[in-house]
Amino acid sequence: MHALAILGRLAWRNLWRNHRRTQIMLLAIVLGTWAMIFMTALMRGMVSQMISDGISALPGHVQVHHPDYRDDPSVANLIALSDSDLATRFGAAGFVQWATRVRVPAVVTSEYDSRGVTLLGVDPSRERDLTFVDYDNVEGRFLESSDDTGIVIGRKLAATLNTEVGKRIVLMSQDPDNEIADRGFRVVGLFKANIQSFEENYVFAGKTTTQNMLRIGDQVSELVVLGNDYRDIETEYAKTVDLIGGAAQVKRWTELDAYLGTMLNVMDGFVLVWIVVIFLALSFGLVNTLVMAVFERVREIGLMLALGMRPIYILGQIVVESLLLLAIGLAVGSALAWAAVQPIKDGIDVSIVGEGMDMWGMSSVLYPELLLRDVILANVVVLVLGFLASLSPAWRAAHYEPIEAITKV
Amino acid sequence: MTAVRCVDLCKTYRQGEEDIKALDHVNIEITEGGFVCLSAPSGGGKTTLLNAIGGLDRPDSGEVYVSGRRIDNLSKGELAELRLRHIGFVFQAFNLIPVLTARENVEFVMQVQGVPNRERQQKAIEILEEVGLAGLEDRRPADMSGGQQQRVAVARAIVSRPALVLADEPTANLDSKTSDGLMELFRELNDHHGTTFVIATHDKRVMSYAKRLVRMLDGRIVEDIKQDAM
Repeated sequence: MHALAILGRLAWRNLWRNHRRTQIMLLAIVLGTWAMIFMTALMRGMVSQMISDGISALPGHVQVHHPDYRDDPSVANLIALSDSDLATRFGAAGFVQWATRVRVPAVVTSEYDSRGVTLLGVDPSRERDLTFVDYDNVEGRFLESSDDTGIVIGRKLAATLNTEVGKRIVLMSQDPDNEIADRGFRVVGLFKANIQSFEENYVFAGKTTTQNMLRIGDQVSELVVLGNDYRDIETEYAKTVDLIGGAAQVKRWTELDAYLGTMLNVMDGFVLVWIVVIFLALSFGLVNTLVMAVFERVREIGLMLALGMRPIYILGQIVVESLLLLAIGLAVGSALAWAAVQPIKDGIDVSIVGEGMDMWGMSSVLYPELLLRDVILANVVVLVLGFLASLSPAWRAAHYEPIEAITKV
Repeated sequence: MTAVRCVDLCKTYRQGEEDIKALDHVNIEITEGGFVCLSAPSGGGKTTLLNAIGGLDRPDSGEVYVSGRRIDNLSKGELAELRLRHIGFVFQAFNLIPVLTARENVEFVMQVQGVPNRERQQKAIEILEEVGLAGLEDRRPADMSGGQQQRVAVARAIVSRPALVLADEPTANLDSKTSDGLMELFRELNDHHGTTFVIATHDKRVMSYAKRLVRMLDGRIVEDIKQDAM
């Protein structure tokens, strides 16, 4: 304990012996730490937003379909269980939210143009927490019930079709007998989405109205379940498998969108690589500073050895110096990164490059996500690697011959 | 009881193309409570002998015993422990740790020894007063004269009452009055506490305090005189 106390005191004073060098090194560590944590928060936010947006397009964390639905998402591949049967099974299961839908490809036509879209026949009361559409931010109104006869389309699609709220459009798809199933709808609302392609590709109609149009009775093509956290959905998955009992295929969102799932898995590894790369750049400065500090103190180290300080304590002193330097730099860098995230935590508008980001499934607002585990990871990596980097100069100092060191000019 | 015994010590340094015999079959025995001055011209081998006795330099051949224990074959860590517990050093130059104050420099050895804080501080202040540095406890080496620095080094060497003090030109930077004061302090410690002193010096005033004067030349002991000290 006494040895640690003197090591700490000597290390602290040695650090400030050459103010300028220590300050420059501290600045480098602070900037490096800040960059590690702040950029990680931006990357995390970007990926998190991409995944959230992706899930909101699915939407849901766990989905149930006919086994062939993913290959052919048509009305021919409906869930074998009826909608009312599903309601009975899932109604009392205690999920955060769940809903059934009819989801089929369709063609929408106005008097000016036509487009291929995905028709979502939904129960609006159950969809509120699931969909990417903000009900309160719809021009006009959102659907009011499953048998609402109106249709809600995206603003961008409305512009393409040259239509607006109050006008009529025709929706056309196929029924289970491969006959044309079509119907005229009055546009009751135009929704806005973070991702522009959503506004072009999705149209919402009442579930019952859609079932009637497609002549599928009480059947649906999709059941979705929402969990608390998209990163941890195993409980919901297991419960859904149990409730479906083999009558349909149950998939996690990571399986439904392998790209997003892989991205989530890769992110943690990427953050570690990013932190290590920045540290490697930092370590050159750190090692150089420590080596210089050792060279400057050869005689002093020799004196301490001559007076009876064990070589291991000399090694400890140099290591403590580097750890003190790193600890101060990490504390300040982490605090600065936290402070830098605060003013932008409500989102940075990147709509100037919105179209490009849309291609990658990203929205035009970026929300930095500062995770405690990323801050801890950055701090631990820098401390551990810094410790390792300091061993070389420390080892050298501990192995001086005292009398040679004292007489060194 | 023997404090120091050197048996057939040899040490050769290479200087350019030439081999310099710093110690040439040196045999010496110093009893506990001895006050020995090693005197030699520059390059005569006195500092090398001092370093060999203190375990700071290994001889090429021969044996060194301190308090009956052979030390020339000890590991670095064991030698450090020996120096820490049994030997006080005063070097000719660069004696102090620049970032520590006078008191902290004196406390350094005790701190590494694990002496409790309060006892350590009290001893440091008392010894600094004894060597005439009362009031300068909080000065760093850079703010002290060469003589003051040397006295701090002496204070550090004797503060933990080691059995053996090895001093290399301890009065080199001191005026005659301070030198006398220091030597009287050494003698007092020698007389009252039985501390063994081995001092390498050119200074005739210092030699006059010695109970035994060992003259060296070209790495060999050429004269060993027991004398009545002042």
